Amino acid sequence: MDFTLTLIALVVCLGLCWRFLGSYLVAVFEGRVRYLRVIERPIYRLLRTDPDAEQTWQRYAVSLVMFSGVTVLVTYLFLVTQGHLPFNPLHLGNVTPALAFNTAVSFLTNTDWQNYGGETTMSYFSQLMGLEFHQFLSAAVGLGAAIAVIRGLANRGKPTIGNFWVDTVRGTLYVLVPVSFVLGVIFVAQGAIETFAGPVHVHNALTGVSQTIARGPFAFMESIKQFGTNGGGSLNANSAHPFENPTGLTNFLSIVALLAIPVALTYVFGRMVGRLREGVAVLLAMAILFGAWTGIAAFAEHQSNPAVARGGVVTQVQGNPEGKEVRFGESSSALFGVSSTMTSTGSADSAYDSFTPMGGFALMTGMMLGEVSPGGVGSGMYTILLFAIIAVFIGGLMIGRTPEYLGKKIQAREVKLAGIGVLVMPLTVLILTAIAVSIQQGRVGVGNAGPHGFSEILYAFTSQANNNGSAFGGLTGNSPFYNITGGIAMLIGRFGVLIPALALAGSLAAKPVVPAGLGTFRTDNTMFVGLLLGVILIVGGLTFFPALALGPIVEQLSHGRFW
Amino acid sequence: MTDTLHAAHDDARVNSPHGVAQQRSLFDRTILRQASLDALRKLDPRVQVRNPVMFVVYIGTMVCLAYCVSQPSVFVISITAWLALTVLFANFAEAMAEGRGKAQADTLRKMRSDTTARKIGADGVESLVPAGDLHKGDRVICEAGDVIPSDGEIVEGVASVDESAITGESAPVIRESGGDRSAVTGGTTVLSDRIVIEITAERGHTFLDRMIGLVEGANRQKTPNEIALTILLAVLTIVFLPVVVALQPFGKYAGAPVSVVVIVALLVCLIPTTIGALLSAIGIAGMDRLVQRNVLAMSGRAVEAAGDVQTLLLDKTGTITLGNRMASRFLPVGTHTEADVANIAQLASLADETPEGRSIVVLAKERFNLRERDLGTGHVFVPFTAVTRMSGLDLGERQIRKGASDSVRNWVEMAGGVVPPDLSAVVDGIARQGSTPLVVADGTDIVGVVELKDIVKQGIAERFAEMRAMGIRTIMITGDNPLTAAAIAQEAGVDDFLAEATPETKMRLIKKEQEGGKLVAMTGDGTNDAPALAQADVGVAMNSGTNAAKEAGNMVDLDSNPTKLIDVVEIGKQLLITRGALTTFSIANDVAKYFAIIPALFVATYRPLNALNIMHLHNSQSAVLSAVIFNALVIIALIPLALRGVKFRPSSAAALLRRNVWIYGVGGIVLPFVGIKLIDLLLTATGAY
Repeated sequence: MDFTLTLIALVVCLGLCWRFLGSYLVAVFEGRVRYLRVIERPIYRLLRTDPDAEQTWQRYAVSLVMFSGVTVLVTYLFLVTQGHLPFNPLHLGNVTPALAFNTAVSFLTNTDWQNYGGETTMSYFSQLMGLEFHQFLSAAVGLGAAIAVIRGLANRGKPTIGNFWVDTVRGTLYVLVPVSFVLGVIFVAQGAIETFAGPVHVHNALTGVSQTIARGPFAFMESIKQFGTNGGGSLNANSAHPFENPTGLTNFLSIVALLAIPVALTYVFGRMVGRLREGVAVLLAMAILFGAWTGIAAFAEHQSNPAVARGGVVTQVQGNPEGKEVRFGESSSALFGVSSTMTSTGSADSAYDSFTPMGGFALMTGMMLGEVSPGGVGSGMYTILLFAIIAVFIGGLMIGRTPEYLGKKIQAREVKLAGIGVLVMPLTVLILTAIAVSIQQGRVGVGNAGPHGFSEILYAFTSQANNNGSAFGGLTGNSPFYNITGGIAMLIGRFGVLIPALALAGSLAAKPVVPAGLGTFRTDNTMFVGLLLGVILIVGGLTFFPALALGPIVEQLSHGRFW
Repeated sequence: MTDTLHAAHDDARVNSPHGVAQQRSLFDRTILRQASLDALRKLDPRVQVRNPVMFVVYIGTMVCLAYCVSQPSVFVISITAWLALTVLFANFAEAMAEGRGKAQADTLRKMRSDTTARKIGADGVESLVPAGDLHKGDRVICEAGDVIPSDGEIVEGVASVDESAITGESAPVIRESGGDRSAVTGGTTVLSDRIVIEITAERGHTFLDRMIGLVEGANRQKTPNEIALTILLAVLTIVFLPVVVALQPFGKYAGAPVSVVVIVALLVCLIPTTIGALLSAIGIAGMDRLVQRNVLAMSGRAVEAAGDVQTLLLDKTGTITLGNRMASRFLPVGTHTEADVANIAQLASLADETPEGRSIVVLAKERFNLRERDLGTGHVFVPFTAVTRMSGLDLGERQIRKGASDSVRNWVEMAGGVVPPDLSAVVDGIARQGSTPLVVADGTDIVGVVELKDIVKQGIAERFAEMRAMGIRTIMITGDNPLTAAAIAQEAGVDDFLAEATPETKMRLIKKEQEGGKLVAMTGDGTNDAPALAQADVGVAMNSGTNAAKEAGNMVDLDSNPTKLIDVVEIGKQLLITRGALTTFSIANDVAKYFAIIPALFVATYRPLNALNIMHLHNSQSAVLSAVIFNALVIIALIPLALRGVKFRPSSAAALLRRNVWIYGVGGIVLPFVGIKLIDLLLTATGAY
């Protein structure tokens, strides 16, 4: 019953986000929101950019890559020298180069994969200036890229796709900072920690146990962690820790926050291309996948854990409470897990390693479908548009016309770019997983034997190549091998999709629009939603089915049944 | 082979109106035999590399062949054999499609006569030279019985020409110097009279040469959509490569090493071989279907563009209406009766051999049983001239005339007659209904008006309704005044019309439509149509038209039937639909193949994976082999579909999509489950597995 209410509340909240955050985003990126002009103007002057001058996709991409290159280098330098930098009450040492590379790339790419425990590795300075900085900007870059791709599809009669600097600044200033601030205040009010005073040491005289309890500026990192679909928290336990996620309300708000922008972007899409129905169709495809996967995960977690049963524990009431916070329970944890893996957030309020095999399957496949349901901030939108182009191409041929999406003809160049964008992720995951299981450095990191160990490696690369960042656990990732291969996976997973998407936007922006008629392939009806889902599921299924068969599927089947 | 071809050729000449497009059965034995040989010939790696999907199968077969030698077993050899067959089947499909064109090209080549031409030298002296030595600008003489040596324009004379060699139409056509009927085509025969022709094409560039090149597909280039689809197929092939190659290390990690042969088998099953094998056959067959309907497309690009067309410009005459107006009513004026009008009109038309004139005679006969009568002597026929704009008959002093309303009115008034007051009303009424009024006068007495009606072709309104359902706008082009045009447009059910059309207004209309992003198709035949034909995205020139029109358009209709523009659009669409449907089918097939092969691969290590063996295939070897066999056989099974094209019913995009997704998408998922299971049962029955 509680869970039903949660779901209803979630749908209502997301509906409001879709409508109102959506139209606010449109206003922001159309330049109609200007209340922070006093801050905005000097930034453009500093960047020496003319806010009214739009860029071609090439200029946009070059600006984006340059900006990413510089900021990732700065973060890397902060991390490897943090021992000499301020705000380090625990006097933590410098981060090793391999881990610093992995971590800097991880936050740059909106992945937030963490091969470390936050409280024992990162100083407050590193957390705030090195990592939280990227949590804002990686989300802003993704958001801007999605808007740029939408601009390419919208009929604006010019070959440019917007200005990278303006998009990033406006996204940060008008969307991410204010919302995260409000959200952060609520988190603090609910009991999340925000302090620069170091950890407290507690000694219980009765039991003789001494404890060090980590504290720090957590609450505001928490809000952008979720709202920017980053997922990297300050503490190792992430959202399972009461200092990050103190109450049921913050848990619920976390779920809303991480779904808010990706969902609202479908409204932005519909509005900017001039037909809201187009956005609704994309939203519907996302919602169907999301609903189905939540169902699978929640159902799976309500099954008793066969391993526990075999261990002789007979008092198990129902479900699989192993690895979950009792205050959240199975259903809510499953919902959080699916929300987090399907939005490329990767935060966690339970241990995904301890999910039943099919529950873990839902989390892993949520990412394998390309993070499009609804996906990360911006990245979900531009990735699903790549899938949409493929769906339009195949479907369009079947009606006997050169396929077109929103009146723009889909030809060789578009198919090529969409194809690259769609296949780069599975290629990266499969190749890196194959390397990892083949060599000693890869095999030693595994925590369990057999199919579960295989799942750990597969999950790690899936999570990183999809810029999700959630960890299955079990795998020891802080080794040079996993730090470097993981970093590569994250870079390819981010820029290997983003740059083709921008190129696609540029090529579409330059195309004239074919007027719609009865002979036009409709992309705003249920048939298209079905086709889009078909393409997403078939591409994901065909590429990952063999690997999944050797991981979670065989593990589940070993328990003697499919559920 | 030559004999059979000759026979086929002769048959076609006798039985069918089609010259180039002989009706061949899909599986003509000659073509089958030739295609089988060509399938082997196409094993040349230089040919294979052009098709990325099949090239992967080709390489895979080579790899398996190596295993056949190093570790021979029934299983390995069977897999290798079926992979080789997969490649051969793909080659065979392409060869089949090409074979039909080649056979037609051979027939055409025989027509390219190597006769001698009677060339007129600069000094005006006639000399005999081989046709091949003619150059642009040379003048030759042709008389009855001569074969025209090359393409040209008649500069002197008029002749009837048998063009059946090109068009298949046995009725001779009149060709004369000047105007829009001056073009002659090399290879056709002069039946009567004598003409002087100025040669307009060098050897190798004549219409016949181009036709041969086109039907043979010698310089066939991939069309834009075909290129895009090839890229998608390459992407799918590339993505499956690591999927299956990674299985080797994955399997090793799980303690279940996978043999290379099985990996190759899985790869071949997963990559889109069905569409990869049939793609070029579909393209060639699409062009061929046009040739079957006597339309020559100058490029595959034009055929694809035809599928994209959103606006059709159709000439009224010949396309929407029958070529000629027909008398439909007799309307008396003044004190006369309908029978009077019929009587006088028939008299005026007795000598009128135009279809309009004949239709008046016929109508009068039908309505009032007025037979052709004996006029006795002393009558003189007065033919129509551009000056008088009247025609008729003089019976002694009696002058009977019919003609345009103002001409007859003037003529009567000049002769001192009185125009009945109700004439204007009747004339205007007829004009308003889109018909042409023909005023009939007996001396100074205006008897009445004949209504000449444009007869809209039967069934044309339904075709336009179909076009509308497909989202295609039809615009009627006519020289008529707006009033007449509007009435016919309404009756025919076109969406719009352009009245009092001139080449300039036509051109403007095309440009206006194109500015809105629409693709426009039109037909034309006159020299003044040439700019518009060139501007249109699909320009179908009539073979009866001038060379300028034929050069400007990107298709030529040998039958000179403008209605065929609609067929061209449908063929263009069908071509794309066939590609899309088979792509969907090919990808959908993969689901079942996974369920056959993946459990088979690892069941030895992980017993529980047998739960995925939902088809209950006998064992892992039979499962893999069944999938490979199914994959190969489906190519052969779909060759007829690829050559004929999927069934196309004009309907809205949504209806088309729904139908094709059900048949080729859902059907593509279900069918292989059944097929693989059946093959597995057969394999098990042989006892080898």
